[in-house]
Amino acid sequence: MEKTVNQKAWFLVLPVLVLVAFSAVIPLMTVVNYSVQDTFGNNQFFWAGLEWFEEMLEDERMWDALQRQLMFSGIILAIEIPLGIFVALNMPKSGFWSSFCLVMMSLPLLIPWNVVGTIWQIFGRVDIGLLGHTLDALGISYNYTQDIFAAWVTIIVMDVWHWTSLVALLAFAGLKSIPDAYYQAAKIDQASRWKVFRYIELPKMMGVLMIAILLRFMDSFMIYTEPFVVTGGGPGNATTLLSIDLVKMALGQFDLGPAAAFSIMYFLVILLISWVFYTVMTNLDKREG
Amino acid sequence: MTDATDQIPGKLTAQGSNRRPRVSINSRAVVMTLYLTFLLLPIYWLLNMSLKTNTEILNTFTLWPNNLTLENYATILTDPAWYLGYVNSLIYVVMNTVISLAVALPAAYAFSRYHFMGDKHLFFWLLTNRMAPPAVFALPFFQLYSSVGLFDTHIAVALAHCLFNVPLAVWILEGFMRGVPKEIDETAYLDGYSFGRFFVKIFMPLIASGIGVAAFFCFMFSWVELLLSRTLTTVDAKPIAAIMTRTQGAAGIDWGVLAAAGVLTIVPGALVIYFVRNYIAKGFALGRV
Repeated sequence: MEKTVNQKAWFLVLPVLVLVAFSAVIPLMTVVNYSVQDTFGNNQFFWAGLEWFEEMLEDERMWDALQRQLMFSGIILAIEIPLGIFVALNMPKSGFWSSFCLVMMSLPLLIPWNVVGTIWQIFGRVDIGLLGHTLDALGISYNYTQDIFAAWVTIIVMDVWHWTSLVALLAFAGLKSIPDAYYQAAKIDQASRWKVFRYIELPKMMGVLMIAILLRFMDSFMIYTEPFVVTGGGPGNATTLLSIDLVKMALGQFDLGPAAAFSIMYFLVILLISWVFYTVMTNLDKREG
Repeated sequence: MTDATDQIPGKLTAQGSNRRPRVSINSRAVVMTLYLTFLLLPIYWLLNMSLKTNTEILNTFTLWPNNLTLENYATILTDPAWYLGYVNSLIYVVMNTVISLAVALPAAYAFSRYHFMGDKHLFFWLLTNRMAPPAVFALPFFQLYSSVGLFDTHIAVALAHCLFNVPLAVWILEGFMRGVPKEIDETAYLDGYSFGRFFVKIFMPLIASGIGVAAFFCFMFSWVELLLSRTLTTVDAKPIAAIMTRTQGAAGIDWGVLAAAGVLTIVPGALVIYFVRNYIAKGFALGRV
């Protein structure tokens, strides 16, 4: 759409600006403030420069958490995106069953995150959980509180359970917007099912898939509550993702300086990766029209 | 695919329907059944546990409750310390939804209609707040709201959740508003409508579904968030999700009540989904489909 230049539009944006400044800029400034100061208690602060940043960059702890985080986000994206597309392709296109599937699939999305954790914590327990009990009866040793591999499988399956529907719903929205004429043309050309997917459905879904990838990346990178409830970051530090580590540092040990430096670098990493996705996305938008 | 084949006239239809629709419909149903089972099984297990007594949960392993009991629900619904948690959660969620929409509507209009100085940067900056990990903001929020005397109030949580809901609401609404032709605005102004009257009387009804979707998303993300709402409250505004930790008493975890509380947190979400089921998919695509 043609947009006109109008500087008065700033007044319309002003309320958002004031609100977000209060709820984002002021707290962020506090974080920056802490990251460059040191304290010996009594509310006396000393200029520390970039000391905390250097300390955090040399600290194995942050790199380990970052590595685990990248692994987690990578794995869940690699599972959820293809699985979500696959489910969307198999969804009924209209009628009662379509609504039924939509409602059922949205259900996990609206469960409070700690309840999601609780559900899987219970579900995986060997004594009272269906999953744990079944695996145990089959003779597979499974204990997510002690075995690193089991803990990882649990939090990944939990995330797939929780969020695949989001990808599927987005992909479904994209599929529904494809006009029938495209399929008819493919039929006349006797295109195979794979070719219909590759040259019609996938390109048409690209826009929404980028949104799906962006949202899933951001949210998985910030994940805290669900794995914390299930594993508490353990066994050992095996499932201590970035947010869990940060909360431990800031609210548990009250190491404000290092935690603040950690926060800022954490935020910058997310910002950088999201900016790349966002740029790709807006370019796709433009190309389409 | 079957939809498309139905509309191809003549020979092609016959050919298409001879080949494999029956098989493909069945395989679709199988995929969807498997996926929905995967989604619903953990939820069923929670429901199952909430209807059992603790003795039954711990001593016998049954796929459905043998002596059905509603006692766990009675515990929650008769104890103010429990049910006020639901009230608190609902209060701040509704407050947050109203505030987010009120500030996001004019801003989204500005972004969808006008060019102004720094508009693109501003838009991305807003989005970055959606990307900010709540873990980064937990401590600064705690200090900020304590210092202005808002700690442990509903409005504090509502404002804190604006951090990620306002950008999302602006993003969704902007997508929907772009779909409304600009000529409508111009005609209304020519007819002598003031901006305010035009916006409320003409424009808002046109994007009603967009407003519904944005409200749904604000509700959803505020309802499921725990880290910030837990950090900002102690007694008066404590959300249900945080109260659930009460079940961990000296005698171990009260599984039955924990499960019942979990089931009750799913109910409001399920109701909301039912009402917006036809718009969910479009909303997830942020109006861009």
